[in-house]
Amino acid sequence: MPSMVKGLAAPFPLSNVDTDVIMPKRFLRTITREGLADGVMADLRFNAEGEVRPEFFLNRIEYANPSILVVGDNFGCGSSREHAVWGLKQLGIQAIVGTSFAGIFYDNARKNVLALAGIEPELRDALLKHLEQGAQTVTVDLEAKTVVWGEQAAPIAMDAATQQSLISERDDVSDTLRFSEQIKTFEQKQPAALRVKVPT
Amino acid sequence: MSRTLYDKLVDSHKVQDLPDGEMLLYVDLHVMNEYTSPQAFSGLDEKGLSVWRPEAHLAVVDHVNATRSSVAPDAESKLLIDNLSNNCKRHQIALYGLGDPRQGIEHVVVPEQGLVAPGMVIACGDSHTTTYGAFGALGFGIGTSEVEHVLATQTIRYRRMKNMRVNINGALAPGVGAKDIIMKVVQLVGAGGANGYAVEFAGDTIRAQSITGRMTICNMAVELGARAALIASDEVSKAAVKGDIANTVAVWESDSDAQFDREVDLAAGDIAPLVSWGTSPDQSVAVNECVPEIDTPTPKAQESHARALQYMGLSVGTQLTEIAIDRAFIGSCTNSRIEDLRAAAKVLKGRKVAEGITAIVVPGSNLTRMIAESEGLDKVFREAGFDWREQSGCSMCLAMNDDIAMDGERVASSTNRNFEGRQGRGARTHLMSPAMVAAAAIKGRIADVREYLNEEGS
Repeated sequence: MPSMVKGLAAPFPLSNVDTDVIMPKRFLRTITREGLADGVMADLRFNAEGEVRPEFFLNRIEYANPSILVVGDNFGCGSSREHAVWGLKQLGIQAIVGTSFAGIFYDNARKNVLALAGIEPELRDALLKHLEQGAQTVTVDLEAKTVVWGEQAAPIAMDAATQQSLISERDDVSDTLRFSEQIKTFEQKQPAALRVKVPT
Repeated sequence: MSRTLYDKLVDSHKVQDLPDGEMLLYVDLHVMNEYTSPQAFSGLDEKGLSVWRPEAHLAVVDHVNATRSSVAPDAESKLLIDNLSNNCKRHQIALYGLGDPRQGIEHVVVPEQGLVAPGMVIACGDSHTTTYGAFGALGFGIGTSEVEHVLATQTIRYRRMKNMRVNINGALAPGVGAKDIIMKVVQLVGAGGANGYAVEFAGDTIRAQSITGRMTICNMAVELGARAALIASDEVSKAAVKGDIANTVAVWESDSDAQFDREVDLAAGDIAPLVSWGTSPDQSVAVNECVPEIDTPTPKAQESHARALQYMGLSVGTQLTEIAIDRAFIGSCTNSRIEDLRAAAKVLKGRKVAEGITAIVVPGSNLTRMIAESEGLDKVFREAGFDWREQSGCSMCLAMNDDIAMDGERVASSTNRNFEGRQGRGARTHLMSPAMVAAAAIKGRIADVREYLNEEGS
């Protein structure tokens, strides 16, 4: 991805938003990664009859089509379903600013080049306040590791490996296969007790 | 230098250091299901890659299948099930599919089939893979991209977590068990309180737990954000290791002077049977208490609290035991093992499910079901009015099959997540132990299992 995401940001301040909410189960019954944009937060965006719920932030005209979400604590907890990340990306979300993210969700986002920017709670709250009247332009700068809005900037807590992975969009599998010899050597030294053979 | 159990497991599986503090970590066993693996196999196909070591993988069908053997899979479920079967055939991977006596919920099947031992690293495209910490093994959930990576390389790119230890000491009160222990820890530490940590459970209360109880505790550790849960191996875990690997089990434990980044202490005597009242697993109270007021009244916390109450249709001050239920569900990778079924059956024996309650029990595996039937537990459940399911699976824990609670229905559930919509759109989940679900089914409302135990003088 480009090392900088600049776009309209929309607020979704609830804490502990789980991946069941981000991608409800009925959208998981698929063998492809496609067609998941409609599933994102579907039970909040639409009522049981499939009609738009106008009060939900993504349906409000002042927050339409954001490319950045600003979220509550512990975003993405629960199930490991990567469909949640695929759907967010397909909806056009390129970065999510919060305070803390669940581990599996964080790794899934990295694999799919969705930038998760953790900032200090006070600064996240200030950013949420900045967005109260409507979406505003926010910049997530991965090179400088800062989130910038108005006159303010907040440092992003991000390890160097995640930062590089997001910027370079590297292919982890082929990267790892360059270590095939090391993997084989490791296997030869593994205790027999740990060398599982699953009966067919 | 002294090390934690977690660090020893990571060190022993490090294949190669990578830049920026990451490493390649070897995965001894990889487990797959039908819904988080299809796109991983497609990824291999697109890149023209093969599976690195096919015999180190197990696939099971568990998430989408109906658990009534008479119900045929719908078109979408069939697509997922057939897709897994084809992928396993093409890549020579073991598949325990529907009809196989070994089939069941992945985290019940793996220990039952003798595929876990202390010292192993196990990955699976399912967040509850933390279960294997019960054996002193490192288990963790991964996403589909990582499933592809493990298939192709037998490793994952890994960064070391911080170490947390939860020390629990003292005797548990009657009627209090493993589910209550872990729900208490989640309540104390919070839903994201262990993000970035591997959590070791220690103390004499933990040592006194059976392997089943330990699996329940490690299973739900992911609900506090733990990326791994661990319990040192001992005679209990050694005795639970089955098959060929049982002969070569080593002891895996933290050094006595190992340092932890965070320690949490909990007195077992302070734990009561717990019930969740909200929409996050940390929103729970003792069964004899009321729906609580908010403890930290910040505006955001207040909004979350109010939202949870509204979704659950509850008000502050309502006694938990006054809350009527519509359904009772016993099952899931948290609580569907033989010991769980015995505990629920003990409460149900000679009693009846209250009128109007839909009660179902889904054994954790087909093998577990057969053992339960040989003990006559199926009769106890059936005579009480429970629907005894013959095909194992995750079922109403996440309602990916046809077991879906309706909008507004309230479920007493032995599962792990009370998220909005988890058991069906608008469905309201109350998490509790399997024995507590049995008690709730009898009363038709949330109930204190200790009433039933006292009657028997136990």
